[in-house]
Amino acid sequence: MSVKHSLLALLERGPAYGYQLRAAFESATGNTWPLNIGQVYTTLNRLERDELVEALPENDSGQRPYRITETGRRHLAGWFASPVQAADRPRDELTIKLALAVTTPGVDVADVIQRQRGATLRLLQEYTRLKAAEEHAELAWRLVLESMIFRAEAEIRWLDHTEAVVARAELPAPFPFAVDEPDSADATPERNRTRTH
Amino acid sequence: MTVLHLKGVSRTHGTGENLVHALVDAELTIEAGELVAIMGPSGSGKSTLLNLAGGLDAPTSGEVLVEGTVLASLNKKRLAGLRRRSIGYVFQDYNLVPSLTAAENAALPLELDGLAAGKARKMALAALEEVGLDVKQADRFPDEISGGQAQRVAIARALIGERRLVLADEPTGALDSHTGEEVLKLLRRRVDAGAAGLLVTHDARHAGWADRVVFLRDGRIVDSSAPLAGADSLLEGAGS
Repeated sequence: MSVKHSLLALLERGPAYGYQLRAAFESATGNTWPLNIGQVYTTLNRLERDELVEALPENDSGQRPYRITETGRRHLAGWFASPVQAADRPRDELTIKLALAVTTPGVDVADVIQRQRGATLRLLQEYTRLKAAEEHAELAWRLVLESMIFRAEAEIRWLDHTEAVVARAELPAPFPFAVDEPDSADATPERNRTRTH
Repeated sequence: MTVLHLKGVSRTHGTGENLVHALVDAELTIEAGELVAIMGPSGSGKSTLLNLAGGLDAPTSGEVLVEGTVLASLNKKRLAGLRRRSIGYVFQDYNLVPSLTAAENAALPLELDGLAAGKARKMALAALEEVGLDVKQADRFPDEISGGQAQRVAIARALIGERRLVLADEPTGALDSHTGEEVLKLLRRRVDAGAAGLLVTHDARHAGWADRVVFLRDGRIVDSSAPLAGADSLLEGAGS
């Protein structure tokens, strides 16, 4: 998630100070990604250093609002104009877990899949309930919530597919790592280890 | 109050080498106010379970109870009466009678039950209104309305009267995402008002509307999620 671009986007509405930005961000995303205020101010400092925002004089209550600059506006437009790259997304633990499950001795892959599907479905039920309860929710929050619903659905569909593929496939026999054979009969495991370190 | 109870229900088809175990020793109860989704791959026994629950098919062993009545204890006539009065069905392809208008389709179970035509029509119009069908569509035939509207009529027909058990087999299958969601909202609303609902779906997003999800594989219930605690817990979790 790009805090930098999120703050720039919020400042496009008008000048604001740290606490206002944090509140606006959390309201738009339904508290899904809580921001700590330190993170907001650190990011604002960096944005100011890069001349994407400028600090305005302190107001009467000692708050220092920031305003987006023309450079900041161009930068923000560039962000909206470019697709999110796959490489920017974090590695998916579930994919890695299942890839390892099919090659790890003694792991019941079907069971791993079923547990995950149950957990994800439960999340999906909870999101759906939230959505049903907030019929007139803010549009931004509704989009975030629906994104989570569709992601959970996609994950379950992928798990269904994986289950079918695994059921049909012959699981590869787990292969042990190659062990260096001792060169001569007098080589001991201890000596081997010393050699490799 | 338990509305539906499947007690050790099994259903087999064929004999000898061709014996197929469509459902094996299924245990399931659904309370009033509860919506349960059944998920599982094709051929896992989802529709078999639904047909048994609705008295459209009979188990090879075990018992199906609807509001405490063992379906197998009823003769054909009484079973048909119970199906008309207590159970509503929603199918993927709507199953509307093409020669009847929307209102006549919705009123059909009441008329079959002997209710006067005028009274049945009045109740049908109220049911159509409840599912959000424009009153102007009430006198149109199934081929004159859209798929979403036809499914609304089918739901009105399933919910009309005092039905306490609603069975839905892929009710959103042929509908677009938004209309499908509207259909599930209707089902949810009826269940929240006190009916028991059983929803067969392969679509996780639709199962998300249920209180509990039961997974079937090769005719067996392999997993069943506990009822949800409520969305408040999620909101608390999201802020942490």
